[in-house]
Amino acid sequence: MSRSQINTAGFALLAVLLLALPFVLSSYHTFQATMVIVYAIALLGLNLLIGYNGQISLGHGAFFAIGAYVTAILVTKLGMPYWMTIPIAGALCLVVGFLFGLPALRLEGLYLALPTFALAVATPQLLNYHGVAPVTGGVQGIMFDKPDSPLLPLDQDQWLYFFCLAVAIPLYIVGWNLLRARTGRAIVAIRDHAMAAGAMGIDNAFYKTATFGVSAMYAGIAGALSAIITQFVAPDSFPIFLSLSFLVGIVVGGVASIPGAAVGAVFIEFVPNVASEISDAAPWAVYGVVLIAAMYLMPEGVAGLCRNLGNRLETRRPAARPAPAPRRVTG
Amino acid sequence: MENFLNQLLSGLATGGLYASIALALVMIYQATHHVNFAQGELAMFSTFLAWTLMQAGFSYWAAFLLTLVLSFIAGGVIERIIIRPIEDKPVLTVVVVFVGLLFILNSVAGWIYGYDIKSFPSPFPPSAWYANRYMSAHEVGMITVTLALLILVFAFFRFTPLGLAMRAVAQNPLSSQLVGIRTGWILALGWGLASVIGAVAGMMAAPIVYLDPNMMGGILLYAFAAALLGGLTSPLGAVIGGFVVGVLENLAGAYVVGTEIKLSVALVIIVGVLLLRPSGLFGRTVVTRV
Amino acid sequence: MKGFIIACAIVALTGLAVGRADAAGKYDPGASDTEIKLGTTWAFSGPVSSTSPVERQMAGYFAMINDQGGVNGRKINFVALDDGYQPPKTVEQTRRLVEQDKVLLMYGQIGTPTNVAVRPYLNGKKVPQLFVTTGSYSLIDPKKYPWTMGFQSSYAAESRVIARYILTEKPNAKIGILYQDDDFGTDHLNPFLEALGDKAKTMVVAKVSYAVTDPTVTSQILSLKAAGADTLYLMAQSRAAAQAVSAARDQGGENLLLFIPYVATAKSVIGPVGDEKLKGLMSTDSTKDPTNPAWANDPAVKDYLAWVNKYVPEQDRESDRASPLGYVSAQAMVEVLKRAGNDLTRENILKVATSLHNVELPLLLPGITLNTSADNYFPIHTLQLKRYDGTRWQLVGKPIEG
Repeated sequence: MSRSQINTAGFALLAVLLLALPFVLSSYHTFQATMVIVYAIALLGLNLLIGYNGQISLGHGAFFAIGAYVTAILVTKLGMPYWMTIPIAGALCLVVGFLFGLPALRLEGLYLALPTFALAVATPQLLNYHGVAPVTGGVQGIMFDKPDSPLLPLDQDQWLYFFCLAVAIPLYIVGWNLLRARTGRAIVAIRDHAMAAGAMGIDNAFYKTATFGVSAMYAGIAGALSAIITQFVAPDSFPIFLSLSFLVGIVVGGVASIPGAAVGAVFIEFVPNVASEISDAAPWAVYGVVLIAAMYLMPEGVAGLCRNLGNRLETRRPAARPAPAPRRVTG
Repeated sequence: MENFLNQLLSGLATGGLYASIALALVMIYQATHHVNFAQGELAMFSTFLAWTLMQAGFSYWAAFLLTLVLSFIAGGVIERIIIRPIEDKPVLTVVVVFVGLLFILNSVAGWIYGYDIKSFPSPFPPSAWYANRYMSAHEVGMITVTLALLILVFAFFRFTPLGLAMRAVAQNPLSSQLVGIRTGWILALGWGLASVIGAVAGMMAAPIVYLDPNMMGGILLYAFAAALLGGLTSPLGAVIGGFVVGVLENLAGAYVVGTEIKLSVALVIIVGVLLLRPSGLFGRTVVTRV
Repeated sequence: MKGFIIACAIVALTGLAVGRADAAGKYDPGASDTEIKLGTTWAFSGPVSSTSPVERQMAGYFAMINDQGGVNGRKINFVALDDGYQPPKTVEQTRRLVEQDKVLLMYGQIGTPTNVAVRPYLNGKKVPQLFVTTGSYSLIDPKKYPWTMGFQSSYAAESRVIARYILTEKPNAKIGILYQDDDFGTDHLNPFLEALGDKAKTMVVAKVSYAVTDPTVTSQILSLKAAGADTLYLMAQSRAAAQAVSAARDQGGENLLLFIPYVATAKSVIGPVGDEKLKGLMSTDSTKDPTNPAWANDPAVKDYLAWVNKYVPEQDRESDRASPLGYVSAQAMVEVLKRAGNDLTRENILKVATSLHNVELPLLLPGITLNTSADNYFPIHTLQLKRYDGTRWQLVGKPIEG
């Protein structure tokens, strides 16, 4: 079987699995699966920024939170139907992300990590601020009703699953297309060697800020969906730990890999639960051990592992690995 | 005016806390070019170790010194066993390992010691001559210790062959090896020294913030900001950064925006500074050779 | 003919079997002839994990009841899941307990945002959310969320009691307030100001907040001192409470009158501050202090201490023994289950829980009983003030209505 035939068969299988899932699983597990889809969207956005463009963000939890709050506020204060809030949340985060990306141009590596980290820490505080409490609900947060399923045979959880899937799939396709085209090559070129890319005529500044914006948009849409699924937003729902989880997710799934984002989502949703089952005295210790073990066994994430295995099974075909970071010499 | 002075000096005191952890972060960065997110938890664990020794009957200074020795060894061991296998892997992989280490240390400390806060003694008697109405004896002592550490670290990197070797390994591991430097041991040494600094920082912090597994969480964030503000390549920058952050936090809270969003304001200011000087106040600018 | 007789026999036997099931009791998921399944979520990890001794007490109390034969012959199966104090996780774990583990009701869940997150779900599914472990009064809304009930005195009640005490004992006080910048803080702050009424404007000279992530609160205390306060109400908990008391004494001396919330008074929370500085500190309470020699001969306290030794020996330290919150809460839960008898439907349990009249629990202070009704969902709202005398807490005055 040729590679493309294997691919097609794989996709078909995946499609069947995804469509069948909510009918096979209990309501509770369907809810969990929906959360995985939501995380997968956020992780794809983050991967775009970190994996493909070489920037860093420890603060995507903030964009996630912004998206969630936009939805919550629009639904409760303006009575907007929940599905209409998604593009608005996305657009707002696109703008905010772009604006954030502008000053970020001046900062590299760890020095960029700090402002993003600061954003993640500041956002819950700002949401909590009594000055904006009338709109954001302050520390109490905002809650709203669970959307009813418009398709009769589906119950609420199943409907939400398909709704999120319907949002996720176009986003994945768009991302995939983007990366395959000129834009994608420009983005990756900037990661591999920004100076050379600039010398070749790529507008580094534009692409870097645009990538920030787009990745923020993905996180914002994911946040909006998460608000709809849990029907509740509060500053406590978006701790710095969320941003760290996103980072862990893309590294475990595989940096610079689209399917990796989805795998990472499964990891960050389920492994903490599994860790709690193994030890209820020190669940995070188990989680930490799993993380470290994962990095030993698969330093390039699950996607990297699959790539390597795939290469070994096939005849020599150049592996599409991200190039190593350029050497730095102090002046 | 009185209140301003109070806030300022109290800011310097907390700044001392941030400065010492920032110093540990810079030490590891100088040695390995990685920022150790688990630094705070290592410091916390060392402090618990000291506490256990004191519960077992050791005097303060005996426990203090023993803890430093054990922390040094532990730091080196962690580097050799846990970090070494992924040394040359992409930086994000290393970051995730640090995050994993952070979880493990925090969780194990909670499991062994519980989450109740414990008191921790201060080596500076409350009625010492240097105590005054603005700063307690411990706060003065802590700042002094931080400055002493700074001088030691600075001297180490600047004047000792070992310090030079460490800087060489961080900048150019391959060339260092060719010149005959045992890079592996140097890295372990860097971790060991950073752990010692962290242990001192923890034992200075505990009398004020009380000892519990979560004591370093808030401090690490500010220390990280301080290290970056000062420049990751500069121990002096880390310490100055720490004091600046401490004072800024207090003044922002007392006079500018109130305590609700003072953290955000402080961070915004720091980010602003970074935009003007992207390598930090005292950092060396990095030039990439094309 | 034979067939007819056999058919009758089958019908009769079936009738008997069904009848027997009826006689044994009416059950909703989670209850049976032999078992009652209760679920809870708790912050076993994360910043609020210092509260886990309370959950261990609950588990220990249920273990004792089971050893004594259970509730009306049924053993209690208490399932606790970790939510790390993150509301989305609370939602997930609660759904799992209700839909997968099929518990009868959710009991004693800790936290405010966590409970708020699952309130609509549990009320929608008509699953009781009983005796939540938090004093938040904004969480409890009998009209809108009739299935959600509190247990310990609300923070509001406590604030009102303290306000009333200050108005009578120190009417010229200049009050400075430190409050946590979330629900916990505002649930103390707003009722306190309300209870002071018109005098709030003149009496309260400063209010400052702190974040749970702040390493120290010295700066805030300095601000309160600069405003001229001689009475501080420190609406804080855990480490911040300890730091606040310590800093306040450092700055203000021993004449400063300090109040802290009941939840911060356990020795494990403020013990490290040191007896010197704790002297004169005031708070409220609703239970007897098992470490106080004044209660040494009280049978309830003796029972409690014996129970601690057997069921939660790791808490056999002065610090944790002094806080029997989990024990008392679990006692209330068992009392409700007992009164529900064989009708273990969720509806009946809620009915029983919301119609408690002067129910006495042995560890409650004299004069304090459990009372609930259709529009009062806080079983305890009478509190007594207490003052730390340098060695232990001593009761002051009489119980006050909150």
